Amino acid sequence: MKRHALSTRMWHWVNLVCVVVLFMSGLTISNAHRLLYWGDWGFSRSQAWLEVPRFPDWMTIPGYYDLALARDWHILTAWPFALGLLFMWAAMLLNRHFRRDIATARSEWRWPAIREDILRHLKLDFDHGGGKYNFLQKLAYGLVLGVFLPMMVFTGLAISPGIEPVLGWMVDLLGGRQSARSLHFIFAFALFGFFLVHLALVLLSGPVKQVGAMITGGRSDEA
Amino acid sequence: MKRRGFLAVMGAAFVAGCNKIAESETGSRLLGAAEGWHKNAHRFLQDRKALAPEFPRSAVSPFFRGNGSVDPQNGDYPAQAANGFADWRLEVRGMVETPLSLSLDNIRRLPQRTQVTRHDCVEGWSAIGEWTGPQLSVLLDAAKLKPEAKFIVFRCADNLKGQDYYESVDLIDAYHPQTIVAHLLNGEPLPIRNGAPLRMRIERQLGYKHAKYLTAIEAVASLDDIGGGKGGYWEDRAGYQWYAGI
Repeated sequence: MKRHALSTRMWHWVNLVCVVVLFMSGLTISNAHRLLYWGDWGFSRSQAWLEVPRFPDWMTIPGYYDLALARDWHILTAWPFALGLLFMWAAMLLNRHFRRDIATARSEWRWPAIREDILRHLKLDFDHGGGKYNFLQKLAYGLVLGVFLPMMVFTGLAISPGIEPVLGWMVDLLGGRQSARSLHFIFAFALFGFFLVHLALVLLSGPVKQVGAMITGGRSDEA
Repeated sequence: MKRRGFLAVMGAAFVAGCNKIAESETGSRLLGAAEGWHKNAHRFLQDRKALAPEFPRSAVSPFFRGNGSVDPQNGDYPAQAANGFADWRLEVRGMVETPLSLSLDNIRRLPQRTQVTRHDCVEGWSAIGEWTGPQLSVLLDAAKLKPEAKFIVFRCADNLKGQDYYESVDLIDAYHPQTIVAHLLNGEPLPIRNGAPLRMRIERQLGYKHAKYLTAIEAVASLDDIGGGKGGYWEDRAGYQWYAGI
């Protein structure tokens, strides 16, 4: 049996490209108006809860300030991103990846065991038997797949004036259009944080083997 | 510092790759196509008359920011403004059976719609205002659209960087109940920064569609020969998306 299902591997790489393009074009969009607000409206510094720094050109798509082109990239990659997430969830539920590897049992939510897990990670000890995810991994992947990525889709839909007439309740649920916009940025940076930790752990835990397994599938007994 | 340098090189390389794609013919067609998919998805999901949210009067922002042109200094606009817009005319023309030329008084005597709505700028900010004016559909019905008419073009008195402002929508948004020719903001005649004496409100689209300083409403069969052919000032000038629903 493969360590990573074909569906997981395909989604992983497509999603990586989408998330990187969405994030970098999103930074151009952020540069267009660097203030974040709560509630339904806001247009000046005195109403903002945060002034976001200006992101340098090398971080942004298209690499210079062009809001229209950044929006083109953003709304193009939003499609494979959102449909890919839907695909991954369907695949995870069908092949039982979610129940088997990601969903946590109540017995795992015990502080001594969690603390033990954290301490082992801090000592860079990533040995966890049988190729199964440990609690922190389950929690991280569960949060990313179940909360951060779906929230990007929902908050993105909520700031779209053409979608609001159909999903007005969702905008209200998110606390208004400007709150939804703030949350869109917050979850984007939460994902960026996950990306950095994820990358660091891959580098620390045998990057060739890990990346190889995410391409070929690997074998479960070698994990 | 070294790690940042590495990230910067990776970032720049990725950006360069993206730009190569954007510059290719297939790439740029793909980037443009996504806008159309979104429009079709929105139209599929929503009733063509589905309303943008309306707010209670108490939700109105204390100030309504002006953007783009905020005090046109071209043509006879300054003279009209000095005169309180007493001689302002709004023409309804193009592919119509009965062209109209309306005074502000004519417009004020039509059936009015008042709506408290949120204005969303493409750049990211929002403001809420209470707008009053006749529905565009009332004017279009009075002028009787010819069957060839496919788009409604809005002509404006302001000239930005040497080019007259204009905008356009399809008939679905033109006939939408919240598409009005506004002459009041929060119960007062429109301030100049917000488009005095008349501006469009097209509530399911971004701010740049809501043409200010409105002088004429023109029914056309195609947008190809108007301005730069992309359907609006910002669409021509900066490549903004014509379907501004996202």
